[in-house]
Amino acid sequence: MKPNFEQYKDIPGTTIYTIELARKGFQLNEFCMSLRTQENRERFHADEHAYLDEWDMTEEQKQAVLDRDFQRMIDLGGNVYFLSKIFAAEGMSYVQAVSTMTDQTLEEYQAMMLAGGRSPDGWRSKKERGEA
Amino acid sequence: MAKIVAGISTSHVPAVGHAVDSGRTQDEYWKPMFDGYEFSKQWVKDNPADVDIIVYNDHASYFGMDIMPTFAMGIAEKYNICDEGYGPRPIPVVEGHAELGTHLAASLILDDFDMTVLNKLDVDHGLTVPLSLMYGTPDKWPTKVIPLPVNVVMNPQPSGERCLALGKAIRDAVENFDGDLKVRIWGTGGMSHQIQGARAGLINLPWDIQFMDDLVNDPETLQYKPHLEFMIEAGSEGVELIMWLIMRGALGDKVNEVYRFNHVPASNTSVGHLILTPKED
Repeated sequence: MKPNFEQYKDIPGTTIYTIELARKGFQLNEFCMSLRTQENRERFHADEHAYLDEWDMTEEQKQAVLDRDFQRMIDLGGNVYFLSKIFAAEGMSYVQAVSTMTDQTLEEYQAMMLAGGRSPDGWRSKKERGEA
Repeated sequence: MAKIVAGISTSHVPAVGHAVDSGRTQDEYWKPMFDGYEFSKQWVKDNPADVDIIVYNDHASYFGMDIMPTFAMGIAEKYNICDEGYGPRPIPVVEGHAELGTHLAASLILDDFDMTVLNKLDVDHGLTVPLSLMYGTPDKWPTKVIPLPVNVVMNPQPSGERCLALGKAIRDAVENFDGDLKVRIWGTGGMSHQIQGARAGLINLPWDIQFMDDLVNDPETLQYKPHLEFMIEAGSEGVELIMWLIMRGALGDKVNEVYRFNHVPASNTSVGHLILTPKED
């Protein structure tokens, strides 16, 4: 069966982590995996630039990590489960990290979740939203 | 012979593990969710089993992208707990059932399911949070565990049809084991949630409830639901729910619904939980 990755591109505000995107983000995600040891977390936090230079990542990917710009990291092939190693090592929860990718503040995002979460209504299709 | 005696499905939210490990299960935020599992904790005590086959996904905790198996099976004697970026959870090591695991992996490969064989595996919250929900905080887990990791992180994920069929093959393989064991199968992950992008925080409880109804009553139709629909209606991470089809396939044509629980939210997620038993002919 021929893959159809295009079909995922109409979902608003969503990046599907495909095998293609995984190729693009391989080194970024490998860097994230390295943070599973306390020793590497300490080395990374001691000198982030030097630690990132040990990885064959693009300059854009490194800058996104330095900026803690999670949406940018995802655009460049990162996947949130990998990226969680970066924010977990800094004591940040998924809710805190995830809220930074929305147009809401942390408080607004938490209130939305407590009220039942984001309804899919209006979020099913870029075409429907006039974004495509 | 060995026999599948029950199926358990549950979400596996990492923050639930933190709540257990830090003694916050009775906090105002968490209590309503944990209360929903009280029935189940008693039920698994009253209806004990020897082995739990736990279908789950690793979250870049053991498998990176250097090797990404679609379906894998643990056949080891024990599984250590992953460091997911903040040190391993302070919970007992997970004991395996090497003999049954080996039999299942071999049987499934012979039945054309190309399982990746894991003689070594560390397990993450995908497997350990369900253990905590069902068994609380014991010094030692009460059952032996056979981990069955599924790739649901990288698209393409396995199809729903393939997942249901794998469950059916697991049922046959368990029944062909030369040993007297009571076996439960767990399908974990879901329900609706999205933890990335501007659409993060998506929850679709009516869809989740319909998924549960269909899983119980009409899995033969449910298996054809395209991944795209999971992503649109249940969020990009809602596709984890295909793992529940593996559990359902292992329970046979008809099931009894022993228990059902839904709760929104736990962290970013719609929590769903079922206990099913095979309906004897």
